[in-house]
Amino acid sequence: MTGHLVLAADPMLAGDIGLVEVLLTLAKVVVAFAFLLVAVMLMIWFERKLLGGMHQRFGPTIAGPFGVLQTMADGIKLFFKEDLVPDRSDRFVFKLAPYLSLIPAFLAFAIVPLGGDFNSRAGEVEWWGRITYLQVADPPVGILLFLAMSSVAVYGVMLAGWSSGSKYPLLGSVRASAQMVSYEAALGLAVASIVLVTGGLSTHDMVVAQAAEGYFGIIPRWNIIVTGLVPFIVFAIAGTAELNRPPFDLVEAEQELVGGFHTEYSSIRFALFFLAEFMNTITMSAIIVTLFLGGPSGPALVSEIGGFGLAWAWGVVWFFIKLFVLLFCFVWMRATLPRFRYDQLMDLGWKALIPVALGWFLFLTALEVGRERGWNEAAVTVVSLLVFAGAALLLVRAVRSGRRARDREAARADEPSDPVEERA
Amino acid sequence: MAEAVFAVAAVLMLAGAIGVVASRNPVHAALFLVQTLVGVALLFILNDAHFLAAVQVVVYAGAIVILFLFVIMLLGVDKAEELRVEPIFGQRPLAAVIGAALAAVLGTVILTTADVLSGIRRSGGERALDGEATDIERMGRVLFGEFAFAVEITAALLTIAVVGAVVLTRRAARSDGAAPAGPGSG
Repeated sequence: MTGHLVLAADPMLAGDIGLVEVLLTLAKVVVAFAFLLVAVMLMIWFERKLLGGMHQRFGPTIAGPFGVLQTMADGIKLFFKEDLVPDRSDRFVFKLAPYLSLIPAFLAFAIVPLGGDFNSRAGEVEWWGRITYLQVADPPVGILLFLAMSSVAVYGVMLAGWSSGSKYPLLGSVRASAQMVSYEAALGLAVASIVLVTGGLSTHDMVVAQAAEGYFGIIPRWNIIVTGLVPFIVFAIAGTAELNRPPFDLVEAEQELVGGFHTEYSSIRFALFFLAEFMNTITMSAIIVTLFLGGPSGPALVSEIGGFGLAWAWGVVWFFIKLFVLLFCFVWMRATLPRFRYDQLMDLGWKALIPVALGWFLFLTALEVGRERGWNEAAVTVVSLLVFAGAALLLVRAVRSGRRARDREAARADEPSDPVEERA
Repeated sequence: MAEAVFAVAAVLMLAGAIGVVASRNPVHAALFLVQTLVGVALLFILNDAHFLAAVQVVVYAGAIVILFLFVIMLLGVDKAEELRVEPIFGQRPLAAVIGAALAAVLGTVILTTADVLSGIRRSGGERALDGEATDIERMGRVLFGEFAFAVEITAALLTIAVVGAVVLTRRAARSDGAAPAGPGSG
């Protein structure tokens, strides 16, 4: 052991760490934290307002201009409500669970590049003589941190339901964790495609790769295009399921489960779950922007005002525009699509998303290997797609015959269930 | 700095390990196990094995312990267990003996391979750690270069295990004549 710790690939932290470095890092953490909290507040208002518009009603109107302070009013109300802990609950775990779902949302956001000039400086900014990135941390494991946090977030949901000591929350949480674990596989496979084309795990490197010269001068080199749209669709669907957002919000299916895993929660603890849900939505959108939509890269339209470099600020602007579009799409999906049934959810995850993501990943790998060896790209594509189609056909047949066998067995099991009929 | 991180991780791991053994509630034991695993991940980071740390959290904390919890919750054994009766005769004295043997082995390994006071390892084991590449790259080269066959065999083993599990559920359903517990239901 050499006694030094590699905390991040951020150039600022590579050398000696003095007061300025510590203060800069602290400032970044505080800004990201404050941004997330304010963004959640605005997101809840935005979602309600937008849903209202799509439902032909007004949404929140009273608190503040356009009802913008509605979330704050709700938060204060929840804060002053009675905090109930059920008698049969496991007290410590019951109190721990909300934090277990809140903290991963914060931590995952740390790896998102928020701005910077990716046209000429590869995302570096220079402040007080220190060259650094506009993201809280750029750990060597990069995007794996996001996957790790999304798997830790399962604990919050699972333990909340279990520790309530009540049936419906338990059912809700078992259902939720099954869903989240299932879709994590598809999520990971979609991320693997990005890692393949980037050649690394660092989120900063991913944005740098996407900021490179695009096709025909106008089409950007974003991963959504480079990886051929399929991983993006898989990631978007799996991400929505991971967030337990509609149309995958079976976790809180009111008709079946009263209120889902947080039925027994009240007051500020309930608010924490709510906060975590929206924070996860924002974090997931930010990750999608980073992985597929080029992150903060984009043209710097006005690079300087009065000798004051502004190129990095354009990164922030582009990042927010992309984030906003994605958040709009999340709300749009919620307003449009009805909730899935549980078996449909599992079928979609295991029989459609995972095979498609895996097949596409292998296809991208074949292309990459072909490029390295100098094979004919068209031939590689045709052969890969043929294999892909063959495998898909095989899978469809297997699923169909499995379903037929299940139906037959169910029919056979139904027959002798009536003993009178059996004797006769 | 490194010593401080090691101390924190060690305390976390030891407390977690004691908690796993001492807690009566299986869910609490599983949570203590997660604490131990996070401590191990910290130690990996301390040794610049970032990828292993991430995988530790994703696979062990994120999948395996979740599976434990799942089974505990589905079986409904989430209340404190009756510990006075021994389900298997002679289990506890045997466990004590094996535990003592394991401690002896570990103690011997530590005492013979390391300078106990300075903590410096005597045996050289740093062949795979040279070079400028990141730990992911080095591990990839070793796994898919030197040990490619072992990786393939492991993959085949896992596939066989999955197929075996599916076959077992189907056959059990048929011989009972009862309603099949199809994999599609969960």
